[in-house]
Amino acid sequence: MTEPITANHISVSYSGKQVVTDVSFAFKPGSLIGILGPNGAGKSTLMKAMLGLIRKDCGTVQIGNDPISRFRKTIAYVPQRSNIDWNFPIIVKDTVLLGTYPKLGLFRRPSGKDKELALDCLKQVGMEEFADRQIGELSGGQQQRVFLARALAQKADYFFLDEPFVGIDVSSEEVIISILRQLKQEGKTVFVVHHDLSKVKSYFDDLILMNKELIDAGPVEQVFQEKNMARAYNRPMAIFGDPGVQL
Amino acid sequence: MEFLSDLMNYAFLQKAFVTSVMVGIICGVIGSFIVLRGMALMGDAISHAVLPGVAISYMLSINYFYGAVLTGVLTAFGIGAISQNSRIKSDSAIGIVFSAFFALGIILITKAKSATDLTQILFGNVLSVRDSDMWITLVIGAVVIGTVVLFFKELLISSFDETMAAAYGLNTRFIHYAIMFLLTLVTVASLQTVGVILVVSMLITPASAAYLLTNRLSTMVVLASFFGAFSAVAGLYFSFLYNMPSGPVIALATTSIFILAFLFAPKQGLITKQLSARKKSGVPTH
Repeated sequence: MTEPITANHISVSYSGKQVVTDVSFAFKPGSLIGILGPNGAGKSTLMKAMLGLIRKDCGTVQIGNDPISRFRKTIAYVPQRSNIDWNFPIIVKDTVLLGTYPKLGLFRRPSGKDKELALDCLKQVGMEEFADRQIGELSGGQQQRVFLARALAQKADYFFLDEPFVGIDVSSEEVIISILRQLKQEGKTVFVVHHDLSKVKSYFDDLILMNKELIDAGPVEQVFQEKNMARAYNRPMAIFGDPGVQL
Repeated sequence: MEFLSDLMNYAFLQKAFVTSVMVGIICGVIGSFIVLRGMALMGDAISHAVLPGVAISYMLSINYFYGAVLTGVLTAFGIGAISQNSRIKSDSAIGIVFSAFFALGIILITKAKSATDLTQILFGNVLSVRDSDMWITLVIGAVVIGTVVLFFKELLISSFDETMAAAYGLNTRFIHYAIMFLLTLVTVASLQTVGVILVVSMLITPASAAYLLTNRLSTMVVLASFFGAFSAVAGLYFSFLYNMPSGPVIALATTSIFILAFLFAPKQGLITKQLSARKKSGVPTH
């Protein structure tokens, strides 16, 4: 069973400039949470700061009553696709197998069981027929599915996905969102950095809306309001009230 | 073959042979990680930067190994310190630090010893390998291969997806400096075989050729080692029979292998790709 996750007053700076200012929120386990905001709002930065990948100016992140750093092996992180070297000499099934590394620790190598698990996760995302391909030979959506399979192989309780829906095909997007929903059903907590506003309501239960500082955090119905969105994006939002006009 | 019978008969040639093969192997192993992590320039820098260490060792008449490792490690930290604490990008930091160390090394060497020594250090003289050099190379080889075998998993994940490695608690900065340290050891071991200037050809070129030939890191490491060892033995062969400096011969041997891979690798080769494109589009090949 997973525990609630709480962030208190997180601030982050890059070379003297504050890019995340005093963000706090709390979510119960079994939530699918979108981190939403315009470009440069500090969404990915917030996610990395939560995971301890970059230094925070101040603030704490807790799972239950303990610091998040104690939960490293129960956290799966899926990076932005642009951060990966797709020419790396690695094939699809070995990429998924990387997900078993955190729990193996030093010196132990993946066993036959771990390889079965990896193949199983690959099946869940519908990519088993690509198991022996080099990862660069896949389309963007397929690559994203492979990385989600890797996260599944981590058997994590907390999932952090950075822009998983950018530049991918519709069927991959459907596969990914249905797996994320299933994880939520199993009581896992899933954070997703996202910026396509059209699907916010159908994808997420909860939202963190930010533009450097927190605009609002909580259930979608409460956060995804015209007044909040206009504040986050610094302009009136056409999607509210005028369904014919796209962003 | 004359070379083979000489190899049986002369102890100095056997030492040179064993050393060359080991140097070729470990250059391929570390080179694979250097290539994949985009640290080719760093390899060049560290190999040049061991020079002042070698000079100081001569002056103190201790084995060149100690001084070279010291200045190699100092270089890695110096480059890290500049690129992390200023807006200077890492390739510029590399240029600044290694040229300074190299210049200092040349001045110290010319002060310390005669010019022939400088040529040997710069371009390699595999036939002058002493017992102690061979043993140092073998010990370094054991350390490098042992480390890579034991921590292959960690090296793989941190080279491929450093963020995930850090997210689950690996100390990626430590891994970076550990690789720098191994790289320094490999450079020191390579000094006599290829020389300071051309170590980079042993590090980068066999690994790059292997990179074009496989989609598995483990295969890449093994192939790169094989190419490295083959090139090193070719260097030994030519320098023994035709009295050529071993370093440049080795560098050209690695280059030949790379060109073959570049043109004919099954999937990545330039000519292979064109042939298969023609087949697909139905244009007859004459």
